[in-house]
Amino acid sequence: MVTLTALETELLALAGSVPDPELPVLTLRELGVVRAVRVRGADAVEVELTPTYTGCPAVEAMSADIERVLHDHGVREVTVRRVLTPAWSTDDITDEGRRKLREFGIAPPRAGRAAGPVGLRLGPIRTLAPETDPVRCPHCGSADTELLSRFSSTACKALRRCLDCREPFDHFKEL
Amino acid sequence: MTVSTSTAAALALGDDALVLSHRLGEWAGHAPVLEEEVALANIALDLLGQARVLLSLAGDEDELAYLREERAFRNLQLVEQPNDDFAHTIVRQLYFSTYQHLLYAELAAGDGDFAPLAAKAVKEVAYHRDHAEQWTLRLGDGTEESHERAQRACEALWRFTGEMFRPVDGVDVDGERLEAAWLASVGETLRRATLTIPEGPRTGAWRAGAGRQGLHTESFGRMIAEMQHLHRSHPGASW
Repeated sequence: MVTLTALETELLALAGSVPDPELPVLTLRELGVVRAVRVRGADAVEVELTPTYTGCPAVEAMSADIERVLHDHGVREVTVRRVLTPAWSTDDITDEGRRKLREFGIAPPRAGRAAGPVGLRLGPIRTLAPETDPVRCPHCGSADTELLSRFSSTACKALRRCLDCREPFDHFKEL
Repeated sequence: MTVSTSTAAALALGDDALVLSHRLGEWAGHAPVLEEEVALANIALDLLGQARVLLSLAGDEDELAYLREERAFRNLQLVEQPNDDFAHTIVRQLYFSTYQHLLYAELAAGDGDFAPLAAKAVKEVAYHRDHAEQWTLRLGDGTEESHERAQRACEALWRFTGEMFRPVDGVDVDGERLEAAWLASVGETLRRATLTIPEGPRTGAWRAGAGRQGLHTESFGRMIAEMQHLHRSHPGASW
């Protein structure tokens, strides 16, 4: 366990307060992508950022936003380094982050489950999902929802529809 | 030019991801339904992200992508095959993503240069594989037309699949074991999709596939011409 100095703790909180460029309801800390902040000599700071998906195009905007916030705080030299290990998982999203996603109309990833696609069976008219631990509609809370597409507006989301209130919604896929 | 085994391996795996990403990107504006437009673009984006990490292990990613000649690319011939109809694209996805998923799972479990990327990408590729398997079931066990097209795609692409299991310097996996797992998985998906496993040769003299040696099929030249044209016409351009 690395002990952070008071300054590093402060800068980590600052970098973590940056809103996600794609999902501005979440901060980078709630998304779990800011891994570390290290002070390297006077006025120089290195931030470790991990991408949600390898090809996530938001990483560049995140890096620029972190640099700007730390520059504004008086840090002269900011280096944002991309790290892949350990791989980000949707379990890194905080409870507060999950609550905000739901309020924003996005079904949060189900916590603590094995990452990856869920085995589905093909039904006569639609895809049948297993009954345990259903993805709930973020609008009405119904457990009766169906998958429309495994990929939605961004790689990290799937498109679903609620069969009770009929609203379509995004689901943050477990990864 | 001599290249280290690790660089050669990064080029092989990186070029697979880059070239397939570009092929899938060609569907933008042409996919049969909006959801698939988005799905194929998202899969392409995942692959592009993987390609960027892998090619960066071998050198400058932009130079490698935009300034190499056709024969310097080390991708499998399978991934450069034209999109053709939707069934061809899906079967190409099934063949490749099953291979890539099994390969990355092995690399992730090791401690080589590719382990960090593989550990991350294997989770993404699991969704690509699932997408391809679900569509193979729908097309194969769908209408007469979709079944016939899917079967034709399975046959046409089959001869390119042997190349995936040939040894690559610097990629430390057991090709025979990978191939057995691949055959079992793809065979089971095709069976469930009421499709017939092709009988044509995948190995020996009739085998297609020398992409890893830099020999590519005719359509690949046109593909990289389009991919590289902007960068070559306007060196250093950015926006």
